[in-house]
Amino acid sequence: MKRLWFASSGSIRQRLILQLLVLVAVLSWVLYLSVKTVAGSAVETTQDAILGSATIAIAEELRGGEDGVAVDIPYTAFSMLGATGEDRVFYRIIIDGVTVTGYEDLPLAEEPLGGLSPVFYTRSYQSETVRIAAVERSVLVGNKPARVEVIVGQTRSAQDAIVAQMANRAAALGLGFFAIAAVLSLLTARSVLQPVRNLTEAVGRRGPQDLRPVERPVPSELAPLVTALNQFIARLSGALTRTETFIAEAAHHIRTPLATLRAQAEITLRQSPDEATRASLRAMIRSVDDSARSVGQLLDHAAVVYRTDQRTEEEIDLVALTRDIVAAFGPAADLRDIGFDLSLPDAPIVMTADRLLLESAIRNLLDNAVKYSALEGRISVGLALEGEGGAGLVRLKVCDRGRGLSGTRSSTLTGRFRRGSNVADVVGSGLGLTIVREVAIAHGGDFRLTERDGGGTCADLSLPLG
Amino acid sequence: MRRLVLALGLILSCATVAPAFEIEEERVFDAGSGAPEVRILSTTDTEIFAPLVVAFQMANPGIAVRYTVASTTEVYKAIAGHEAAFDLVVSSAMDLQMKLANDGYAREHRSAETAALPDWARWRDQLFAFAQEPVVLIASRPELEGLTLPRTRADLITLLRDNPERFDGRIGTYDPNRSGAGYLFATQDARQSDTFWRLTEVMGGLSPKLYDGSGAMITDVQAGKLALAYNVLGSYAAAQLAGDPSAVLIELEDFTNVLLRSALISRDATRPELGALFLDFMLSDEGQTLIDRRAGLPRIDPATLASAGHRRPIRLDPGLLVFVDPLKRQRFLREWTAAMVRR
Amino acid sequence: MRFLLVEDNPDLARSVQTRLSLDGHAVDWAASLADAEDHLAASGYDLILLDIMLPDGDGRDFLAAHRRAKRDTPVIVMTARSAVSDRVALLDTGADDYITKPFDFAELEARVRAVLRRRMGAAQSLQTYADLTFDPLSATITIAGDSRELRSRELRLFEILLSGPDRIFSKAQLVDRLFSAAEAVSDNAIEVYVGRLRKKLEGSRARIETVRGVGYRLTAQ
Repeated sequence: MKRLWFASSGSIRQRLILQLLVLVAVLSWVLYLSVKTVAGSAVETTQDAILGSATIAIAEELRGGEDGVAVDIPYTAFSMLGATGEDRVFYRIIIDGVTVTGYEDLPLAEEPLGGLSPVFYTRSYQSETVRIAAVERSVLVGNKPARVEVIVGQTRSAQDAIVAQMANRAAALGLGFFAIAAVLSLLTARSVLQPVRNLTEAVGRRGPQDLRPVERPVPSELAPLVTALNQFIARLSGALTRTETFIAEAAHHIRTPLATLRAQAEITLRQSPDEATRASLRAMIRSVDDSARSVGQLLDHAAVVYRTDQRTEEEIDLVALTRDIVAAFGPAADLRDIGFDLSLPDAPIVMTADRLLLESAIRNLLDNAVKYSALEGRISVGLALEGEGGAGLVRLKVCDRGRGLSGTRSSTLTGRFRRGSNVADVVGSGLGLTIVREVAIAHGGDFRLTERDGGGTCADLSLPLG
Repeated sequence: MRRLVLALGLILSCATVAPAFEIEEERVFDAGSGAPEVRILSTTDTEIFAPLVVAFQMANPGIAVRYTVASTTEVYKAIAGHEAAFDLVVSSAMDLQMKLANDGYAREHRSAETAALPDWARWRDQLFAFAQEPVVLIASRPELEGLTLPRTRADLITLLRDNPERFDGRIGTYDPNRSGAGYLFATQDARQSDTFWRLTEVMGGLSPKLYDGSGAMITDVQAGKLALAYNVLGSYAAAQLAGDPSAVLIELEDFTNVLLRSALISRDATRPELGALFLDFMLSDEGQTLIDRRAGLPRIDPATLASAGHRRPIRLDPGLLVFVDPLKRQRFLREWTAAMVRR
Repeated sequence: MRFLLVEDNPDLARSVQTRLSLDGHAVDWAASLADAEDHLAASGYDLILLDIMLPDGDGRDFLAAHRRAKRDTPVIVMTARSAVSDRVALLDTGADDYITKPFDFAELEARVRAVLRRRMGAAQSLQTYADLTFDPLSATITIAGDSRELRSRELRLFEILLSGPDRIFSKAQLVDRLFSAAEAVSDNAIEVYVGRLRKKLEGSRARIETVRGVGYRLTAQ
């Protein structure tokens, strides 16, 4: 069977899985980022709250007096900053623009500080990233208000550590989600494609002659495909029927007029005493026979070519088949006083093959032998098993005592329409042996012609039994 | 002539170190010529630390040790002011050490030994506690004859109030103005509870004697000059009072602060790896055992804290920075002085 | 013999009819199955030549009906197809043999005679002429207890001569009926076979007489 080579455009399953995985990967990534962001933001809010509390705690302790602002940093203000980790703490207290204590170069806020809530900002300080909370208070000194800024800064390693930990958890979550989703994707892809697999299996299980429409229930997405397939099957079925009909009709429409022609020629032959006329009539009749045989072989060949693509395999008893075909040739061979020497085994030889192809092959072999055999000659037909069991083959040998091959190589004889150089006066187109060879090839067998000792040709067809 | 030589010699010996800060002692533990030298700046007397240094040199031959002793404030000044390059800085002033670490003067160091420390004994892998000492009350038995030994600060207040005549001029404690350790103890007391100020008030009315160090206080108690010494370093007390039944060491049960002696590797260190080596030795089992048994400084032991609820380690956290703040310090000392020094 | 030819193509039918009548056979022509039924109802035939594709039906259906009605007139099917499986199927349906168009009339005669021989053989009838007995099925002539077997062509030559005792058959006629029309036959081919047959008739009163310039005839002394 000729294999159709077509470009494979990827696998649905792979595409489905790939797309699902990509989707899941994106979702996992989004999940990871969201958790990380949300967590980070939550942690920052919490840390800011603590930092803010510390700053406010200091601000609350500011007391205005007669001779200045009293600053009393509560112990807990800084102590609480050590609660969540080991971050460095910086602070700066500014009264009316003058830094009274703390780290003098701790960066100030850029936006105005107003209201009760601290303002938060992030700066680089002492080669670390520092989160600073700033609070402003107005304290009365004497009767004049003094503006006091309290800023407290803290490095972010504790916060970063928490965020990193959460990010790791989020990553683990994301990966876990991805892994589960990947497994589910594989299962989904499998399950989704199950109907396709079922359909393929059902159609694949059909025999080569099964051209019934596909009628199993399929998911709605596959319905258009099945409809198209059924339409295709219908067209193919129709085409095949038309081909078979054509072959039958062609045979009929060509052979019937040829039959008329031949009959008329025979009539005229009977009525002509003149040898010259009789000779030309015989020539005419040979032409008619030639045409008839050509047509027969062409149609046969067409059928064979069609069949080698669409073989119907069945169990055939080769012994019985050979016997039948030899019997069919009986009277024709008889007419030329040609007899058959059969050596067929008693037991049947059963092989799985296409009946029509085998018939064509054997018929053409015998037709060839009868055609090229001498008058009153004998044709030997032998069928034998060779080899062991399943690896064995069956050999059909048809040998005649005709003119032999006269040096022509047997392979050239089986090329289409080739006839040997010494058969110019014998009726018949060259397709017969081509057909035998094609049938041999279709069944994985072999066919060759050999010269026979003492004159004549042997046609050797071997077919594997398995 | 001899004075010149002496002066020259002194100048020359100082030239290698050239400190612009005051040192109390300096001793070099040799290890052969050309040997690399680890420089340790410490507040602990050489005598106490020597066994540890010797053991270190035995475990790490070929390393010389230069051991310099200074007061807590001088130690702080030396490092914060980039006065001199030391590899390891050992101090009992937790607040000053914390400030050094917070302000970026310490190097990070991680090792198996540092990892073995409990969380409260370590800060940012930069500051490491190697000894824990309770801050205790020393009482003279003979002087307190007939009186119940106080168990809490409230007891102590009551005791002092009820028996002023017995304690007048006979109480001793650190002067926080002059002693870093004293300042730390006082401020930690103050933040822990209200009783401190009441105690201070009461003590202030009894003409207390003020000291620079624990040693002198203990001696005076033993000699009978003091009836009570408040806020004494437990290690010194245990050492000095060993076998002496006349004085008793009391850990007050409302709370007893536990001082953590700490070490850090200076950022300016010339041989930081040697500093780290010594630090790891201090924290190792051998080192800790030596510190405990030979130096008399109790080793880091979470079990001893867990077993006694009243013992509270002073936390190595930024809270310590509060009392380092000059304004805060000023304010505290003013109040303290006002309360304690009245006559 | 009487033939019923069932064939719808008029040209072919007339040609076959004419050719067979040249051999002395009577041929009735039916152009359809209905026509064939009419003919069969009216007379009896020695053999039916049946085409498969007819305007009013498939010849095979007619054949099946023919056999179901237990009519036993031998049937040879004329078909344009040469597949062996068709042949087997036709034989199963009830045909006695089949021949593919275009066919050689000598071959047709050979097949007809074979079919009739089998029929007669089944009926176990022997033919006698003069002092000989002829068994067509075994192709033997028995003369005074001595059986001689006839080979294929000798057999057919004998049957032709026996079908018209004392009738003269021309050499040309015999050639046409014994050899395929496509074959160029040598001049003395008939003489060879007549000679062989004469040998087989030795000892009998029956003999083949050469009529110079005309032909041959079977006659008894």
